[in-house]
Amino acid sequence: MIETRSALRRFVEIELPVLLIVLFAIGPYVWMGLTSIKSEADIAAFPVRYLPTVATLDHYRMLLQKTSFAGNLWNSFVIACGAVALGLSVAVPAAYAFSRFRFAGRKLLLTQFLVINMFPVVLIIIPLFVLMRQIGLLDTFLGIILGHSTFAIPFSIWMMTSYFNAIPVELDEAARMDGASRLQTLRLVLLPVIMPGVVTTAIYIFVTSWNEYLFAMMLSGQHVRTVTVALQLFIGEFTVQWGLLTAGGALIALPVTILFLFVQKRLVGGLTAGAVKS
Amino acid sequence: MTAPPAPPSARQPLALTPYLFLAPAMIVTLAVVLIPVVQTLWMSLHDYVLFRPKNVPFVGFGNFLRAFNDPTFWISLVNSAWWIGLVVGLQFLLGLVTALLLNQSFWWRGLARALIIIPWALPSVIISLTWTWMYDFNVGVLNDLLLRSGLVSQPVAWLATPSTAFYAIVLALVWQGFPFFAVTILAGLQTISAEMYEAAELDGATRFQRLRFVILPAIADVIATALLLRTIWVANSLDVILVMTGGGPGLATHTLPLYAFLKAYSGMEFGYGSALALILTVILLGVVMIYVRRQAREALA
Repeated sequence: MIETRSALRRFVEIELPVLLIVLFAIGPYVWMGLTSIKSEADIAAFPVRYLPTVATLDHYRMLLQKTSFAGNLWNSFVIACGAVALGLSVAVPAAYAFSRFRFAGRKLLLTQFLVINMFPVVLIIIPLFVLMRQIGLLDTFLGIILGHSTFAIPFSIWMMTSYFNAIPVELDEAARMDGASRLQTLRLVLLPVIMPGVVTTAIYIFVTSWNEYLFAMMLSGQHVRTVTVALQLFIGEFTVQWGLLTAGGALIALPVTILFLFVQKRLVGGLTAGAVKS
Repeated sequence: MTAPPAPPSARQPLALTPYLFLAPAMIVTLAVVLIPVVQTLWMSLHDYVLFRPKNVPFVGFGNFLRAFNDPTFWISLVNSAWWIGLVVGLQFLLGLVTALLLNQSFWWRGLARALIIIPWALPSVIISLTWTWMYDFNVGVLNDLLLRSGLVSQPVAWLATPSTAFYAIVLALVWQGFPFFAVTILAGLQTISAEMYEAAELDGATRFQRLRFVILPAIADVIATALLLRTIWVANSLDVILVMTGGGPGLATHTLPLYAFLKAYSGMEFGYGSALALILTVILLGVVMIYVRRQAREALA
């Protein structure tokens, strides 16, 4: 008797509210997915037809065959990989220096990377557009990758510094005793140990770059247009073609949702490092 | 005879090495952030219009004076204040409630936790698109639900009505951002030991007292960091507004970063846009400094 009552109470006080919040969180997402597999007739029906009468992949087919979307997906992929490569290749050595050396200006430089990450995008994006225009980097992969490195580098440096800090210095010293140089120590001893951290950081940069809209829009033209920019242009072009738009949305969202679910647990520690100690 | 000083060759590399490791990051950062920021400072003091590159007169603080006499600037500033307060406040409250609930044990907790993260992972363009679709006047699901339940008698043009557009976008942003608070606060809650709860329970504390005197003080640090971080992000964010309404109808959804961006992007007035961006930066500087000081204290300790 008491058992059932407490189970009921727990359902009403905890599980039901959680269920409502989950519905709020995934409702719009599910609605996007449902719309993308409905026929035009179902989409245009009012009162709204909640479930599709027939499920169709027409919108996906049309999107990938009749529009530039497949090319845009490729562009976004190249740019996101580029942002990961550039971000990590400069951030790992920098983070190693911040973690393992005590040098003049260390505090100032490390703080600088934190402050940069807090700068309003508009503060950087307006002059960056002017600069890239002057040196002919507008509408190139490199231009957008550099634009994305404005957030990729500072973020990676902070994440990687905290990962390096978690490794005992004795490990470096042992390697140095065995005659390894600094670079060898970093490459052969430390990197394998912090690989999980490198992967987490890489995935976060990939997702952020893939999702990014403002830099991609300002710095790209026809040639290297990313998926987010292309989708936004579809909104203007096909005002009523919600099937096509939601199919595009689903294609963009699915890979990053999966990647994000992998890293989110470890990410929280990095984002609020200091306040949350795991 | 005293011991000879260490040979210079042994000291030298140690002094230079960290800077060598830092050099690549510094060079890229200099090129993509620091030089552009200096350029913003320069542009803000000039009447710089993109399609008139030969004629860039120095105007001193003219652009800043212009802002203070510009009614749109003040409207955007007030909107920004409401925007930050409402979005961050509601994200926090919903996130806190979610975290407290997820800190209880029930069999599908792991699944719920994973599903709640989803909005956080989505790009701003998709957030804008999905919500614009749900707010649609003719076939939108929101109007349909409200009509069916009898809460409204006629469909509402949520994004085209000045009195509703702002709140419609706030809701979309609350949806996007509450998972961040939920996950962060949950991580903080899990650091509270079971003994603390038990002690409070033995003392006969009510549930509210436990929240007020045990739980909240224990996670105050986490909450403060999350609030600071989120305030900065929300204050700077403009892409969802840009895609959903472009600042309209009228000036109903203009915020300061959006106005600065529109001035530069649509108006081609890079000088004035830069000045507006700098004003935003200066206003935010206080919050950024508090956050940076907290983070640096931890990391450099």
